[in-house]
Amino acid sequence: MIEIKNINKSFGDRKVVNDVSFVFETGKTNIVIGESGSGKTTILKVMVGLHAPDSGVVEYDGRPFTQQSEKEKQEVRKEIGMLFQGGALFDSLTVEQNVAFPLDMFTNMSQEEKNERVNYCLAKVKLEGRNKLFPAELSGGMKKRAALARAIANNPKYLFCDEPNSGLDPKTSLVIDALIKEITQDLGMTTVVITHDMNSVMEIGQKILFIYKGNNWWTGTNKEILTTDNEEILDFVYASEFLKQLKPRK
Amino acid sequence: MLLKRVFGKPEKFSMYYKQILYEIDSLGIGSLWLIAIISVFMGGVITIQSAYNFTSPFIPLYAVGLGTRESIVLEFSPTIVSLILAGKVGSNIASEIGTMRISEQIDALEIMGINSAGYLILPKVVAAMFINPFLITISMFLGVLGGYIMGVASGACTSYEYIFGIQSFFIPFNIYYSLTKTVIFAFIITSVSAYHGYYTTGGALEVGKASTRSVVYNSILILVANLVITQLMLV
Ligand SMILES: Nc1ncnc2c1ncn2[C@@H]1O[C@H](COP(=O)(O)OP(=O)(O)OP(=O)(O)O)[C@@H](O)[C@H]1O
Ligand SMILES: [Mg+2]
Repeated sequence: MIEIKNINKSFGDRKVVNDVSFVFETGKTNIVIGESGSGKTTILKVMVGLHAPDSGVVEYDGRPFTQQSEKEKQEVRKEIGMLFQGGALFDSLTVEQNVAFPLDMFTNMSQEEKNERVNYCLAKVKLEGRNKLFPAELSGGMKKRAALARAIANNPKYLFCDEPNSGLDPKTSLVIDALIKEITQDLGMTTVVITHDMNSVMEIGQKILFIYKGNNWWTGTNKEILTTDNEEILDFVYASEFLKQLKPRK
Repeated sequence: MLLKRVFGKPEKFSMYYKQILYEIDSLGIGSLWLIAIISVFMGGVITIQSAYNFTSPFIPLYAVGLGTRESIVLEFSPTIVSLILAGKVGSNIASEIGTMRISEQIDALEIMGINSAGYLILPKVVAAMFINPFLITISMFLGVLGGYIMGVASGACTSYEYIFGIQSFFIPFNIYYSLTKTVIFAFIITSVSAYHGYYTTGGALEVGKASTRSVVYNSILILVANLVITQLMLV
């Protein structure tokens, strides 16, 4: 369980996150949705400590991450897997070296064990056989998937995914969603997924946080999102002209 | 601040060791050809110019060989070659680390619980401080050889005089002085450019600026350090 309490964050004099509190539950896929630029990535980066919040607390299973020393933070981070919005694969390493990187760093696995684990993770994201390619030789969606494979390689306790589906076709998207849901439940991870994709929200959104202009605007489940009468969230969900016709009327 | 993190305790020694070997190859061996060519030509030019200037009958011609050796060992190889490396290796390091910064690769390392400064910078510093003295020694040798080839070929001096010249009044301490300079310059080149790369913010444009800035700072620092070390060791 990851708990954030009263997080505030400004860049310069622009307030980006405004007093957001939420509990991300273990064994569930917790989803953060909101318009582009609403502050989702910023919240995620505050949670993992890449941005220091102006005020507020982040706790990992009771460990007060925000107040911890750099050393203690490193220990928590060894249990974190993160998929960045831009992938952030290491350019100088091949796909398989990227995925093996956390294993090289933090485990004493033999080469065979590592290979096995790498191939398993790559198969999970439908990238089998692409082991020897460099990130520059991958398409945008393939980079995302390779980065996801790296994020889950070392069986993290906490998994953060910043838009795992952007740049993917609907079919591959579903595969990735299913994968995230499956490993979250099977391994009892605490998973936080940022997405724009309403398909994913409905597929795997067991607990949803809707961010509107940096505020915690609405929380609920994927079923509740269909029945809410919150104006902003309805605008978000039923954005297109086509969907507006399906929008439930009050 | 950054230095403290650079020299923090590594997460896993074998990974650092692997990186150091990789950097020795890329920073050191990768510069070998450039250094070889420059050294041979500069050695040749120094010889011809010395011979051209030593027209007085009171100066024996073996002074050409002696002068060439001293110029190369004391100044050209350690300082000028380091300045050239500051351009090549320095801009390379700054843009590599800068790109990793703006594409969130450094954040990705941090998230894994890795001391990114240590992992990215320490191997480069260690590799350069280790390999540069070898590069500079090779440069000295090739510079003197280049002087011989061109001096004799251009008729500036005879083979016997040149060889006699480069063997006379040899002071081993000078080599020690040069290699000390080299090691310090290697530290400056790698740490200064890594610093500029590491603190890049923004986009590709800023990476370019960081790389330019690192070459400028490197060159100035090397020249200042050169003066200081020379004052301390030779005077
Ligand atoms: N490092 C930064 N420095 C200054 N401003 C920033 C920085 N990072 C983000 N911002 C600003 O914070 C706001 C929120 O950005 P954020 O990346 O959190 O949005 P987002 O919800 O993830 O959007 P998207 O869905 O497009 O990824 C934006 O207006 C952005 O301009
Ligand atoms: Mg974002």
